[in-house]
Amino acid sequence: MTRPHIELKNVQKSFGPKHVLNGLDLSVMRGRSMVVIGGSGTGKSVMLKCILGLLRPESGSIYIDGDDVTGMKGRRRDEVLQHFGMLFQGGALFDSLPVWANVAFGLMQGKSMKRDAAREIAIDKLAQVGLGPDVGELYPAELSGGMQKRVGLARAIADNPDIIFFDEPTTGLDPIMADVINNLIVDCVKRLGATTISITHDMASARKIADDIAMIYKGKIIWQGSADEIDDSGNDYVEQFINGRADGPIEMEILKP
Amino acid sequence: MNFLAQIGSVVLALIAEVGRVSLFAKDAILRMVMPPFYGRQLLAQMMRIGYYSLPVVGLTAFFTGGVLALQIFIGGSRFNAENLVSSIVALGITRELGPVLAGLMVAGRVSAAIAAELGTMRVTEQIDALVTLSTNPFKYLVAPRILAAVITMPLLVVVADTIGIMGGFIVGTESLGFNSGAYLKNTVDFLQLADITSGLIKSAVFGFIIALMGCYHGFNSRGGAQGVGRATTNAVVSASILILTTNYLMTSLLFSG
Ligand SMILES: Nc1ncnc2c1ncn2[C@@H]1O[C@H](COP(=O)(O)OP(=O)(O)O)[C@@H](O)[C@H]1O
Ligand SMILES: [Mg+2]
Repeated sequence: MTRPHIELKNVQKSFGPKHVLNGLDLSVMRGRSMVVIGGSGTGKSVMLKCILGLLRPESGSIYIDGDDVTGMKGRRRDEVLQHFGMLFQGGALFDSLPVWANVAFGLMQGKSMKRDAAREIAIDKLAQVGLGPDVGELYPAELSGGMQKRVGLARAIADNPDIIFFDEPTTGLDPIMADVINNLIVDCVKRLGATTISITHDMASARKIADDIAMIYKGKIIWQGSADEIDDSGNDYVEQFINGRADGPIEMEILKP
Repeated sequence: MNFLAQIGSVVLALIAEVGRVSLFAKDAILRMVMPPFYGRQLLAQMMRIGYYSLPVVGLTAFFTGGVLALQIFIGGSRFNAENLVSSIVALGITRELGPVLAGLMVAGRVSAAIAAELGTMRVTEQIDALVTLSTNPFKYLVAPRILAAVITMPLLVVVADTIGIMGGFIVGTESLGFNSGAYLKNTVDFLQLADITSGLIKSAVFGFIIALMGCYHGFNSRGGAQGVGRATTNAVVSASILILTTNYLMTSLLFSG
């Protein structure tokens, strides 16, 4: 069957006068790893939040497994969200809870699992991202950036979701830690067989984790293809982005002197 | 701009804000009565809001009772009414000063703390993260705080009433020369149950206002540290103003019959 697992059709989202998503179309097939690249402030995080229902688009539709989830509310939205895991750009770890309780949070609160059982799963998930049980007792503020990302990753996969979003998983990390995170993402996704959307502007990361790549510019997907096509996309915007050149069709909104 | 237009837009903004707060309160109350219930959160919040407010509320009540005794004695001596000290202290504390001053002190402590905490959770995407972990933030964050404040405020005011009357008693007997037995007898004979219960009813309402304002402003804070700071100030100011205005309304309702 060829029905996409996640599909966005003509999604529009504005904040006041500012149009962030301008008729965005994207489809991701089941079990694929989609990487969305694009500059800062082009609406990548907003796109993920629209899919999760954290933001409501003004128009357009979002389908999960063929079901229209746009504007879904209440219990049905909760059911849809059970299938998702998300690694937030800033980690978004609960700083009032120790690391293990962060990882076990969805199991304890969302699924009412007993504390001890949830704790064991949490320790196991922490081990999967290379963190020992002693880290579980620390608080998020006591961790380095790389460790926080790993805890965020463990929390995102704790409930074995079918769909996982990674919002800039390697931003702000040194290149070695970035590669560690990339490997963890690839491993976790393989183990779970999940469909993923990752957002990044780190091309090394994109090449490592992507099956497919899409580029977002001014709130639209302007190019989409498989990961090995990225180097000869024939698209000037993509060329400029992956080569990191200041000159080209993409204009930064900087006032020229 | 046109002067009238300016007044108009302020009034419209105010009405819109009242509408938003009412919707927020409705959601919070609905979530309070529907399962699941987060008992652990409720207990933690009762400790934070009630127990840790005891020192500041007790201190405020003690000195207010004392100064009230002093003022009534001095003022009353002008028309030979010094012996009214005990009864007026008791009335003033139980009906008005106990609930209102406790409300204002707790508003300063608790509304601010709640707004800062939830505001930080909002701007660091922790509230979004709750949603992705299948946990309703209204149930998990707002409902326990409001419930805890509504339960603990009356308990705090019972303590405030007792300590306030004791403050008056100590000043009355130690420095104004009242006979301690007569002072106490006057207090007990004069007080009616309605004086105390009206204060307790008021304080439950103040508890609701305090937590609601903290949660509302925290939940809706935007834009980093500055936004959280603004939310904190707005929470305290609006809670204080609402306490003073509803206090007047409730006094005129409760004692109209
Ligand atoms: N809640 C919001 N309110 C107002 N503006 C927002 C909000 N969220 C995002 N934006 C704006 O939308 C634009 C895209 O943001 P975002 O999706 O976070 O960018 P990025 O592609 O870097 O992830 C930014 O200009 C941002 O200012
Ligand atoms: Mg982003």
